Amino acid sequence: MDDARAQPPSMRPVPPETEDALHGDTMVVNMGPSHPSTHGVLRLVLRLDGEVVKAVQPHVGYLHRGMEKIAEGMTYNQFVPYTDRLDYLAPLSNNVAYILAVEKLLAITVPPRARVIRVICCEIARISAHLLWLGTGALDLGAATVFFHTFRERETLYNLIESLTGGRLTTSYTRVGGLSRDLPAGWADRLGEFTRAFPKVLDELDSLLSRNRIWMNRTQGVGRISASDAIAMSLTGPNLRGSGVALDLRKTEPYSGYEAYEFDVPVGREGDAYDRYLVRLEEMRQSVRILDQALGRLPDGAIAVDDPKITLPKKERVLTSMEELIEQFMLVTEGIKGPLGEVYHAIEAPKGELGFYLKSEGDKSPYRLHIRSPSFISLQAVEKMAVGGLLSDLIAVVASLDPVMGEVDR
Amino acid sequence: MDPTVTRVLAEASVKIALFFGVVLTVIAYMTWVERRVSAWIQDRRGPNRVGPFGLLQPLADGIKFLFKEAITPPHVYRPVYLLAPALIFIPALVTFSVVPIGPTMSLFGRRIPLLIADVDNGILIILAFASMGVYGVALAGWSSNNKYSLMGGLRSSAQLISYELAMGIAIVGVLMATGSLRLTDIVTHQITNGWNALWQLPGFLIFVTAAFAETNRLPFDLPEAETELVAGYHTEYSGMRFSMFYMAEYANMITASALATTLYLGGYHVPGLAALGLPENAAAIVQVLAFCLKVAMFLFVFVWVRWTLPRFRYDQLMNLGWKGLLPIALAHVLWVSFLVLGGRA
Repeated sequence: MDDARAQPPSMRPVPPETEDALHGDTMVVNMGPSHPSTHGVLRLVLRLDGEVVKAVQPHVGYLHRGMEKIAEGMTYNQFVPYTDRLDYLAPLSNNVAYILAVEKLLAITVPPRARVIRVICCEIARISAHLLWLGTGALDLGAATVFFHTFRERETLYNLIESLTGGRLTTSYTRVGGLSRDLPAGWADRLGEFTRAFPKVLDELDSLLSRNRIWMNRTQGVGRISASDAIAMSLTGPNLRGSGVALDLRKTEPYSGYEAYEFDVPVGREGDAYDRYLVRLEEMRQSVRILDQALGRLPDGAIAVDDPKITLPKKERVLTSMEELIEQFMLVTEGIKGPLGEVYHAIEAPKGELGFYLKSEGDKSPYRLHIRSPSFISLQAVEKMAVGGLLSDLIAVVASLDPVMGEVDR
Repeated sequence: MDPTVTRVLAEASVKIALFFGVVLTVIAYMTWVERRVSAWIQDRRGPNRVGPFGLLQPLADGIKFLFKEAITPPHVYRPVYLLAPALIFIPALVTFSVVPIGPTMSLFGRRIPLLIADVDNGILIILAFASMGVYGVALAGWSSNNKYSLMGGLRSSAQLISYELAMGIAIVGVLMATGSLRLTDIVTHQITNGWNALWQLPGFLIFVTAAFAETNRLPFDLPEAETELVAGYHTEYSGMRFSMFYMAEYANMITASALATTLYLGGYHVPGLAALGLPENAAAIVQVLAFCLKVAMFLFVFVWVRWTLPRFRYDQLMNLGWKGLLPIALAHVLWVSFLVLGGRA
């Protein structure tokens, strides 16, 4: 194939080739957007010298849906289903992140029960996202069995999510001012069974990989990034904590009552793929701790604020009372009017800091919505981590950064 | 034609048909075994729809492969591209012809040794054909004219050469002990002197490790490395040609298992069988079954390891081959030679 044609004209020039009689020509390989281990539609243009990666250029945009623009024509509640499709491995925590930003704009405090359920949602999302990362990451490095074991556990979680929200992937669970529905009967007990059984499964996965010589060789010292570089690239989440920076928004800027939960923030030392692996593994254990505490303190009461300008009135009241009928009509036809102003709110999503910026001009829709997605920012680090390593290391690097393309291209 | 020649030819043809018929069937059923065992390891069910326990699945797969269009992409170098699958499949099968699967049987008043070719340089034939396999992989990768395939082919040549060396040197230990290159001699020697695996354990382990590399199985499946090179050297193949690569992998596994059994686990030898005083043919059948059982054990280990371990990196693989296995193999040969001089064997 003609190497020159493989490079699109828009690409910034690859570093000039040095004359090297010993190593000869380099080869441009176009990896993705359709490749078994690019996790969706990531496209990497590589320049390889044999197996050594000389240059990497991530290309994004294959999954762009214009979400931020779409939001400008929707009511605040109508945008919730779009957030499912951001990081589609953790839709519940996207729902929570978006709605918290809206509630910050409207200055609403939700009832305690809703806050605890939201914490449960976030931690379920974290476990399920990290499980998928572990499975696909191991698959990328050739350990296929781990993948199926993690999917078995995810199945349990997806069944829980399904009975909670009605959808397995497209949860759309939160609403401005609260949640779309309460926990089904017996749901908390089912979650309790999971949190009791899951640590054993984690130990099993741990014993399959953590001390496995091949796994250690493949991940230790691979894709190393120093704490200062990680901060300079504004990495967040496990990718930052793997380099030893204990930044966790649940601790530093608590939301939904996270300040009342006891949990540790695991950090790595080397900042390599192995540390990021250990950090995520430990985060799942900590999530189980948080889930146990949340289940223990789940209060009774309402799951949404009782404010006719924000939440729909009860259906039986709408059919019998004039006032509620008007309130429902206004809310459905006009939506929630946001006050003038702008807010930014971020949560600690499984992949890092997931932030929503909202600017309102007093209308039913945001004037502008911007999503700060952690995966998009993580991809910056690919070049720094992979150049100079082998092709196989690049696979480990991408796997360890855990990008999800739904969130990279909004 | 001289009646003796006719008889010999007839006997050989029957044996060839029987041997390769069995091996090809086992290849087909290894795909089923692999899928069932991997399903068992991964907490799934595996193929269980076609026939009882999914036993007809290989048949269904075979039919599917036969009827699939074998696409030849326009950018390939056709002669080599078409030849490569055969080049990888045939050596894998041919190697089996020198492996004795049992002792001599008496049938129709004739003494029939249970192997196709009792040649006096069996081991050399095995090593020669094992080296042929790499041409199939390298040529498939090169002729596909695809960057991923080319890298797969290159990885494979480097890998097979380095591991063949360690494997060959490990086998030298067996040769020194036996003093013969003939596989039947190696088996009879083990029957009288004990299995080689018992006192040549390092050699045995090196042989098995190298066998994994020779068969391109995880953790040494770098030439295809699905998540890195898409499908490596067979990315551009489809239909029956693709299934030739697939079958070659299993043929290689079976041959490697048969060799490991023959060289290190006493071949068809069953300890204590002679004491039972069975008639010759019955004893031979028991020994053939024992041979099959030993091979099956190796095949299971192949499957088990594949679904447990991650994949090596290219440079780590090379390091293990040249800096790990090769020195150990050399030291092993030295050790065995002292033992042989000291009258152990």
